[in-house]
Amino acid sequence: MVNTLPDRARVRSRAALLRAGFEQAGAAVVEAPVLVSAEALLDLYGEDLRARAYTTFDALRGEQMLRPDFTVPVVQMHMEGGAEPARYTYAGEVFRRQEEDEARTNEYLQVGFEIFDGSDPEAADAEVFARLQHAVAPLGLKATTGDIGILMAAVDGLNTTEARKRALRRHLWRPARFKQLLDRFAGRTPQPATRTALLEQADPFAEAGPEIGLRSRAEVEARLEALRADAAADPVPEAEVELIEAILKVRETLPYALERLRDIAVDLAPISGAVERLARRSQALSARGVNVEALEFEATYGRTHMEYYDGFVFGFVVERRPDLPAVASGGRYDALTRELGRAVGKPQGIPAVGGILRPGLMVELEDGLWA
Amino acid sequence: MGLKLGVPSKGRLMEKTFDWFGARGVTLGRAGSDREYAGRVEGIEGVELVLLSAGEIPRELNAGRIHLGVTGTDLVREKLGQWDQRVEELAELGFGHADLIIAVPQLWVDVETLDDLDEAAAAFRRTHGIRLRIATKYHRLVRDYLRSHGVADYQLVDSQGATEGTIKNETAEAVADITSTGETLRANHLKILSDALVLKSQATLFRSRRAELTEAERATLAELLERLDLD
Repeated sequence: MVNTLPDRARVRSRAALLRAGFEQAGAAVVEAPVLVSAEALLDLYGEDLRARAYTTFDALRGEQMLRPDFTVPVVQMHMEGGAEPARYTYAGEVFRRQEEDEARTNEYLQVGFEIFDGSDPEAADAEVFARLQHAVAPLGLKATTGDIGILMAAVDGLNTTEARKRALRRHLWRPARFKQLLDRFAGRTPQPATRTALLEQADPFAEAGPEIGLRSRAEVEARLEALRADAAADPVPEAEVELIEAILKVRETLPYALERLRDIAVDLAPISGAVERLARRSQALSARGVNVEALEFEATYGRTHMEYYDGFVFGFVVERRPDLPAVASGGRYDALTRELGRAVGKPQGIPAVGGILRPGLMVELEDGLWA
Repeated sequence: MGLKLGVPSKGRLMEKTFDWFGARGVTLGRAGSDREYAGRVEGIEGVELVLLSAGEIPRELNAGRIHLGVTGTDLVREKLGQWDQRVEELAELGFGHADLIIAVPQLWVDVETLDDLDEAAAAFRRTHGIRLRIATKYHRLVRDYLRSHGVADYQLVDSQGATEGTIKNETAEAVADITSTGETLRANHLKILSDALVLKSQATLFRSRRAELTEAERATLAELLERLDLD
C-alpha cells in the first residue's frame, strides 16, 4: 500500500493550491509552531487527547505536543492580538497518534480556512461550508451537517436545577453518559444504591479516615450537600426528556429537519433561537449556491468526535468507504474563543467558524486509490 | 538457534514459573551462578531459556525476538496496542494474581463509584483550577477504562513506585494501581472504588504472533505445547 501512495511533493503542491484559493477569498496566511504546550491542549480536550496526540518532553518547557490540529494555535494567536474581523488560512502537517489501527496515517497535511467575525455568523457558516464544498466538488463526496447548538439550547431550557444542566452540558459529547444522567434526572432509573445508602446515614463520616490530600473535608461535605439537594429536586418532566430524545432522532434533508425541529420548538420554546439560526443558515447556504434540498442534517452529527464545536458542524466523507476519515470537516467554535480568550483578558471571545481539508486524501481519491 | 522462551529473571515470579514448567516435565533453571542471567532447559531439546525483566517481555514478544514469554496480563495490555493481534494467550499460570484498581482517600465518603469520581473531579476542577490527579504507571489501561466509562476532568500523573503515598504528599488525589490484598491501600487510608476493577491480571504464558519459526522450531513448539498440555 505504501508504495502506491502519492508522493509528498504532489500533496504539498495541492495543499499550496488550496491555500492560495482561500487567500483569494481574503484570508491571511498564518503559520503555527509544530510543538505546542501540552498543558493548554490537555486542559481543553482532557486526558483522552494523549491517546490521539504525540507527547514529548524537555526539562525546561515540560510537556510539549506535536500539534494535533491548527485550530487551537490559530485561536490563541488571534486572541492575543488579531484585528477583527479576520480570516486566516494555513497548510501544514498535523500529527495523530494511532494506537488501534496501523493502517491509519499518523502525520498528514491539513489546509484550513477560519473566519473570526461576529457580524453575520450564519453567513460565515455558509461561506466556510460552500468554499470547502467547492474544493472537494470533483470527488463526489457525501456531505452531512449538524448543529450542536440545538441540543445545548434544549439542555439550557430544561425545567431543572442548574447543577443538573451543568452535568448534562459537561457530558454533551459523551452520548452514553449523557443518556445515563438524563434517565436518572428524569427518575427513569433509580439513584445508585450506594448513594441512597450514604444519604440515609446519620453520620456519613463515621468510617472516614484521616484528612489526607488536597481535596478537603469541606469539599466532601459540599458534595454531600449537593447530593442531598439533587435527591430532593423534582425529576425532569418526562415530556421534556422525550423532546430531547426527539431532537436526537432528527436525521433528514435540511428542509425536513428544519420543519421537524420547528414542530419540537412549539413544545420546547427555549430551542427556538437555535432553530431560527438553523433557518437563517439554510438561507445563507442557498444564497451561496448550496443545494439545501439534498443536504443531510443529523442532530447528533459531530457529537462524539468534534469536542470544541458548539454550533454548526459538517463533514464530507466517501460514502462507500466508512472506514476512511472525513476528507473535509469543520464547524463553529465560539466557546473555544471564550475559553482561550480568558487567558489574555478577552473572556467575551469572538464568533468563529472554520474547516479543514486533507489534500493527501484528495489526491489519493483522484488517483482512484480507494475506489 | 532454537525456540526462545522468555521468563522473568528474578524473584517469586521466576521461581513460580520454574515450578509450573517443572511440574509438567520441563526443567528450567539458571545456567551457572545465581547472578548469571543465562538459562538452561532440560527435558526437551531445542528450547532456549531467555531470562528478562518481566516488564520487557511484552516488547520482546512484540518484536518477535522471543517466541514464548511469561509475564503479567497487565503488562501486555499496557504496553502493546492491539495486544491480541500481536500475542496469543496460551495459558494462565495461576499465580502472580493482581487487580488493577482505582482507590481514593477513605475521607471521600461521597465517592464510592466511577460516577462519583467523575462528579467529584468536576467539582475539584472548579475549586482548585486543575484536573483531578490520578497517580499510576498503567497510563493506557487506566485512560481507556476511564474514557469508556465517561469520566472527565482528570489527569494521569506518572508514578513508578510508592504510588499509595502520592496522596498524602499532595502530588495526586487518587491512585490506580495493582493490588493483591489491599493491605497497603488500607495502611495509607485509601479505599477501592466499588465498580472500578480496571483489569484482573495474573502470570500468563504468551506466544508471539510476530516471531518467525523455522521448520525445526515449529516442531519444537508443537512438542513443547503437547508436554504442557496446551495442544
